Amino acid sequence: MAGEIDRDTLSVPPDGRPLSEQPAWRQDFPIDWPQDHYVERRDFVKFLTLTSLAFTVGQFWIAGQNWLRKRQGLPEMRRIAGVNEVAVGATVVFDYPAMHDSCILVRLSDAEFVAYSQKCTHLSCAVIPRPDQGVIHCPCHEGFFDLRTGRQVSGPPPRPLPRITLEIRDDVIYATGVEIRTI
Amino acid sequence: MKPDHLHFFIDPSRCIGCQACVQACSECDTHRGDSMIHLEYIDRASSIQTVPVVCMHCDQPTCAEVCPADAIKRTADGVVQSARKPRCIACGNCVSACPFGVPEVYEERKIMMKCDMCYDRTSEGRKPMCATVCPSQALFYGTRDEIERLRPQSTPINRFQFGGQAITTRVFVMAPRGLAGLAPHLDVTAAMDEYAPARPLALKMAAAADPFDDVEI
Repeated sequence: MAGEIDRDTLSVPPDGRPLSEQPAWRQDFPIDWPQDHYVERRDFVKFLTLTSLAFTVGQFWIAGQNWLRKRQGLPEMRRIAGVNEVAVGATVVFDYPAMHDSCILVRLSDAEFVAYSQKCTHLSCAVIPRPDQGVIHCPCHEGFFDLRTGRQVSGPPPRPLPRITLEIRDDVIYATGVEIRTI
Repeated sequence: MKPDHLHFFIDPSRCIGCQACVQACSECDTHRGDSMIHLEYIDRASSIQTVPVVCMHCDQPTCAEVCPADAIKRTADGVVQSARKPRCIACGNCVSACPFGVPEVYEERKIMMKCDMCYDRTSEGRKPMCATVCPSQALFYGTRDEIERLRPQSTPINRFQFGGQAITTRVFVMAPRGLAGLAPHLDVTAAMDEYAPARPLALKMAAAADPFDDVEI
């Protein structure tokens, strides 16, 4: 009994004419479930090819980005603050390397300074250092980074905070570069 | 897959308006609290006669024709399914288009839901919930042989005429055998134009005196 009915083309268009005489959109938006779910081999192969092509192009894109970044060289050295201007446990917010790249400098002890980008690696919220707890806190999704290393401790952040390399010359703290870490 | 030999028959003349089907339908877990079947009054002013309305599962589903989001699909056994959740945009085109007045948009959930002939049950060969609870069997689910044996006075019809639109459905409506012989389809719009002649109606009240005479204000 099931063989008598062509189950793939059950629905009849309102004008009752066969599918070959219908406008092309009817084949793209069929009412019958089996036709709606049918994927042609050609479409599937097209999907596979284009997707793998996109992945390949993405790899070249990442390589190109890396090459461009290396070619730019180190960013310019910039003065952050004098050593005496920062008390132990205090924080200084500064922009490095560009105008709107907020960074934080924390004085851990008399001789120890750390500086990180203020942009959380999860969704770019501004992170807040908590020197008393030894962590950097991102309030958006309760992400925590270790204050000494900048590595993620808990929460959603996928990567450590970019570290700003520092240099102290004649009691003045300078930012000398950005160290982006992936793990 | 719904078995091919089982059909849904609606016999409006047997409906007693008990709402058992509505209660049974709204207890289903897939749409808890909302009934996909409803009872229509034929002429509320002069009669208490009701008609159960379920999806008729058209062979040319107007709801699917007008859906801009491609959300209404018909499975291979001829059952028109509720709107696909990821696609439905709750625009209500199907509500306006359906000649039988079946689909409903649930605004708070942003989706259209309608009767799918209890697909979880009928695809296994069981009866739809409304047909199992109907005490007068106005909703009947079974074979053609069964309905012919049980209702010798009636004949099932599944062709309807709405103005210029002709529709064949998977669900059958029982019509008197004599009438069905005259026309093989039900002309619904023509039936709507035909008004019954007005008849005098008198309410029996105690004399002609003002019933509010002894009410003090």
